[in-house]
Amino acid sequence: MFSYSTLKISISIFFLSLSSVNYAQKDTLITRAPADTSFYKLNMDAVYNRPFLNIKKVPVAFGGYLEANSIYSTTDGVTEGLSFQARRLTLFMSASITKRISFLSEFEYEDGTKEIGIEFAAMDISFHPLLNLRGGIVMNPIGGFNQNHDGPKWEFIERPDEAVEMLPATWSNVGFGLFGKAYKGNWIFGYEAYLTNGFDDSVIDNDHNKTFMPASKENKSRFEESNNGIPLLSGKIALKNRKIGEIGLSYMGGVYNTFREEGLIVDDKRRLDVLAVDFNTTLPKIGTYIVGEASYTMIDVPGTYTQQYGNKQWGMFIDIVQPILRRKILDWNDASLNLAARLDYLDWNVGVFNESNTNIGEDRLSITPAISFRPSKQTVLRLNYRYSWDTDILMNPKVRTATWLFGFSTYF
Amino acid sequence: MTLTNFIRFTFKSFIMFKIQLFLLLAFSMIVVILGCDKIMPNAPEDFEVLDGPIEGLTQEELNRFGKGDEAFGEVFTSENGLGPIFVANQCASCHAGDGKGTPFVQFTRFGQSDSTGNQFLNFGGPQLQHKALPGYSPEVLPGGAPSTMLIAPAVSGLGYLDAVEDAFLIALSDPNDANGDGISGRPHYNNVPSYVIFRPNSIESNGKYICRFGKKGAAYDLLHQTSGAYNQDMGITSLFEPIDPYTGLEVDPEVSIETINNVVFYLKTLKAPIQRDVNDPDVIAGKNLFNQIDCAKCHTPTLQTGYSPISVLSYQEFSPYTDLLLHDMGPELDDGYTEGFALTSEWKTPALWGLGLSKDSQGGVYYLMHDGRALSIEQAIELHGGEASNSRSLYNQLSPTEKLQLLRFLESL
Repeated sequence: MFSYSTLKISISIFFLSLSSVNYAQKDTLITRAPADTSFYKLNMDAVYNRPFLNIKKVPVAFGGYLEANSIYSTTDGVTEGLSFQARRLTLFMSASITKRISFLSEFEYEDGTKEIGIEFAAMDISFHPLLNLRGGIVMNPIGGFNQNHDGPKWEFIERPDEAVEMLPATWSNVGFGLFGKAYKGNWIFGYEAYLTNGFDDSVIDNDHNKTFMPASKENKSRFEESNNGIPLLSGKIALKNRKIGEIGLSYMGGVYNTFREEGLIVDDKRRLDVLAVDFNTTLPKIGTYIVGEASYTMIDVPGTYTQQYGNKQWGMFIDIVQPILRRKILDWNDASLNLAARLDYLDWNVGVFNESNTNIGEDRLSITPAISFRPSKQTVLRLNYRYSWDTDILMNPKVRTATWLFGFSTYF
Repeated sequence: MTLTNFIRFTFKSFIMFKIQLFLLLAFSMIVVILGCDKIMPNAPEDFEVLDGPIEGLTQEELNRFGKGDEAFGEVFTSENGLGPIFVANQCASCHAGDGKGTPFVQFTRFGQSDSTGNQFLNFGGPQLQHKALPGYSPEVLPGGAPSTMLIAPAVSGLGYLDAVEDAFLIALSDPNDANGDGISGRPHYNNVPSYVIFRPNSIESNGKYICRFGKKGAAYDLLHQTSGAYNQDMGITSLFEPIDPYTGLEVDPEVSIETINNVVFYLKTLKAPIQRDVNDPDVIAGKNLFNQIDCAKCHTPTLQTGYSPISVLSYQEFSPYTDLLLHDMGPELDDGYTEGFALTSEWKTPALWGLGLSKDSQGGVYYLMHDGRALSIEQAIELHGGEASNSRSLYNQLSPTEKLQLLRFLESL
């Protein structure tokens, strides 16, 4: 059974081991295995596609990343001033248990110690490149960001709205499933499919005052038992061409509510279904990197419940990153300076009011120009300016928020 | 490198440079477009919004205002007491931006057609909780029950209305139309719950007190109104209103007295709407017309507060455009339902201040009158019957220009 005290002890042991590793580093017992950047990687490989520290003769590799930033935000002229945020400290550990069996885990401290969780802890058994079994705490493969979300890989301090304010990234659950990949020429195909525990009633019964899938992340008991005994199905297929880019189509769905208590049926079974498409590409010659994701959600909300909680949602984001300088700077051989921009759009409540047949609002549009400097591929310093327009459910005048963010994210 | 290759290389480099320069410029443009005064959004002017505290509150009062503001926006869920049957899940749902409600949060009162009281209290009256948490069934209107649909009023400036002394309202009233102008406003003497704290110099008549809040003017003060709203709108019980609307049983309080008192304080200290374009000639002309066609006989422009423990509210003159009295509005607005001792055709004069800002809380359109049935100010005027028939006739005799001037004035409020 998962418990926080167990987790804290595990993490303490991990830190102790790291401290000895630091000492050992001077004796070159430790080597850095950089992330595999070969084109055969898909978003689904992101959990392994990270820089790890290998300790001589020890079959376990360690890694992690840290991100922190300052933030200054103003909403319609009202500001709370300047704050500093320790967004997350993430630690990963992988091991090759024996041939064809491997293990990887990812622990995360968010906002200091406000949220501590196991994001990923799974064992993989490889039968064939196209047939691998994965079990444990797995990342549900919905969209691209949920799979590939490490801070140092992104030029933006805020995660995409669509991924974290509509989809519940990072969203992981206990379960089992299969994954595999196949290659031919410039093409690579991959798939993932899992049955896991899933959502709960908080999707439509939460103090966010909107249908909000991320509310289910607060239910830590989902790592212990399903709230309704019906597994959540999530699956994805992805296709990549070396010269074009990668596209992924994913689905996640199942009954989200607790419809029985002590064997008694207390509510109808209500489904939640999500479809997502994600893509990424790098334009040849100019090196512009483009990544995006869009998703559409259908949630069965009782007709007798308030329309404050919508039964359809959609959202998207697109990032454009343009390297403008790549050369040796100071002692960094592979430093780069990038300009970037992100467009986010989210509609938490698609539809019209029953009473007036007028459009329901509850949406947000934001744009984020950014400048990032990467002394190396593993570390990024980011300056972001984000401007967003929030529309309330009634479509009243928009609330405008501007935010300056400066910070870093680095693998270690 | 051959000359051809050199030229090709130079050309490619030039193209690359141009593309990168273009992207740099595009990026800069975005920053510039968002720049200047818009780089950090300014606060709207005080006269553009309904929310915000009265000027002159002490720091301690502002602190309490903030707590009340937070409680006003609290979202209730099954975890903290919502329902299980309800109308809305937060105060701000019905009073977005402290303004008027919309059809989305329209609610139904039912069960009473005369002064004998509500005959449907055992059937869920006086308010229909037409929404329910998943797994529960909402109420349906009992057959044969008299009813009316309502939308919530704006809540700004309520502290001023609360602080007007009873004697002032009695002086405005003319229950028997002694002056023969066809207008006979009367204060609504109603029974009050034991928890209300009587305002200074309250006037009692046969155990009843002058009430002034709610569409029928049936609620005595903001505590009475707020406790009732928590209970009937959201299904939240308190020590003041301990009966759960779903079970009909007394249950443990789901909101504290402190929270309710903070919300009441917030409502008392919300600033009064500020009139715009006061010096506009059309607005000035419209105001004169407003008086000429006797609108001001019920929508009294200026009232005076008495003593209030909140010093900025004490002995203040203010302009709500209401007399807080009941008026017979004729068959046009007689829904066959009432509260307290009002007639079914009687409604308390609604304050007109903030009228021009209503759209900003109603999704950009007007929903006026008690149930939002009027989609424009003109439609609202045309729905005035009974004691207001004469004013409506006079309005219809105005020239198009004069009508526009009158509308300009009303929208400036």
